[in-house]
Amino acid sequence: MPVDVLTVENLSFRYNSTDVLSSISFSVQAGDYIGLVGPNGSGKTTLIKIILGLLKPFSGDVRLFGDHINTFSGWDRIGYLPQKISSLNPRFPATVREIVAMGLLSKKGFPKYFNSADNTAVETTLSLLDIGDLKNKPIGELSGGQQQRVLVARAIVNNPEFLILDEPTAALDPEMRDRFFSLLEELNRKNNITIVIITHDVGNIGRYTSKMLYIDKKVVFYGSFDEFCSSGEITQIFGAFAQHIICHRHDPNLDFSSRKHGTD
Amino acid sequence: MELTDFLQYGFIQRALIAGSFIGILCSTLGVFLVLRRFSLIGDGLAHATFGSVALAMLLKMSPLYISIPLVMICSLGILKLTEKARLYGDAAIGVVSSLGIAGGVMLASIAGGFNVDLFSYLFGSILSISKAEVIISIVLSVVVIMIIFFYYHDLLSITFDEDSAKASGINTKLINTIFVLLTAVTVVLSMKVVGIMLISALLIFPAVTALQIAKSFRTLMIAASFSAVISVVAGVIVSLHFDLPTGATIVIINFIFFISGLAYKRIIKV
Repeated sequence: MPVDVLTVENLSFRYNSTDVLSSISFSVQAGDYIGLVGPNGSGKTTLIKIILGLLKPFSGDVRLFGDHINTFSGWDRIGYLPQKISSLNPRFPATVREIVAMGLLSKKGFPKYFNSADNTAVETTLSLLDIGDLKNKPIGELSGGQQQRVLVARAIVNNPEFLILDEPTAALDPEMRDRFFSLLEELNRKNNITIVIITHDVGNIGRYTSKMLYIDKKVVFYGSFDEFCSSGEITQIFGAFAQHIICHRHDPNLDFSSRKHGTD
Repeated sequence: MELTDFLQYGFIQRALIAGSFIGILCSTLGVFLVLRRFSLIGDGLAHATFGSVALAMLLKMSPLYISIPLVMICSLGILKLTEKARLYGDAAIGVVSSLGIAGGVMLASIAGGFNVDLFSYLFGSILSISKAEVIISIVLSVVVIMIIFFYYHDLLSITFDEDSAKASGINTKLINTIFVLLTAVTVVLSMKVVGIMLISALLIFPAVTALQIAKSFRTLMIAASFSAVISVVAGVIVSLHFDLPTGATIVIINFIFFISGLAYKRIIKV
């Protein structure tokens, strides 16, 4: 029986006596591509930080690849893109190449150093994201969208089995956002990379993901996009009209072909 | 007096050798401190050094041997205050800093007041550095620089984004502990060069100067080291030539370098 990539059981988190997450339970199987959605302050980023061991839960369990988070050591199997692009030091004096290479550190022993295979991995990843020509530029000289792509490159340069992205498209224009979602879909389909992506772009993400997880301090909905579209809980949250609009945009007969032109 | 005449004196040779090593050490560590917005830890630990020097004088022992372990403990105190007591970094530094000064004043008072030796540590006396102190400075500088070299990629990753570094399996707690301990050793070693009151200048100035011109992290480290060594060497020579206090002269030259870097960035490159 295959081991779940991620298992979250009865997870709760409190901050200053306020419940941020309450009794969260779900599991992620290998090959899943999950859109994690919910309103602002619903605990999405907190949940991701607990999954990555950056925050300790108040109660409950997190397992990565079958191992309890406290004993998990396979961090090289995970790629992570944090939310806080805007809080990065814009004058940080590192080149794109130096930043992306940081994503390879989890596979390194002691002392850490990079070899020619690592340089090739960095170059390949930069090309994949169309930023190969920026490799020697300081990150502070790039636009917000370019910086975001650099951070995405850092998250995937290691060929992770499980990729966790916290609002990766926030600084991207619509064309780049669609290309980015397509790239993730390709990584998911061809390389069988399991993906959890936090986004507010509910309508668009549904076109690519295999499952939607909607949380608002607790799990409100977890299932396929089709189920999401017919879910009574989601109707209660968005209203029937908004739910229809979200799901209508998902209809491939309406806009998928025109989108494909834009992405090719 | 010609430059070559200066260099014939043993005390000047010792000052230049020890000063250059400590300059490289401070600038290397300073780059990480400045980018992590933790640069005032140098000031805080310098004040703790004042207390430890006063204790050493009361016990009639060499300040280096008392200061290194005591200031290392203080550096861990700052780290624990930020981690466990959830104080902001600057508040934690303030707590240790004021405690160091208060302890120093109290111990100096018990010892019968401030004496010339304590003032030499407050404002630096690189020209009076002994052979043994030169050897200790070189050995510890090399050890600290080697440790930074081995943990370079980890430090860079943590400095850029600590959460992502942690999520990629880097033991950020260990690295942060090593980092503050290295800072403590560096601060103690630097007190002879510019004095306790001006130590943070050696940590901050080369880094902020290099930040004006560096295009990558590697060039930043190299430029900061060059800036530090040249300012120490120039500071020693200029202070001797014009009969000025050496520590203060080193800091003023560092400031001139910083202003030059700023002007280069604003005028030539833009």
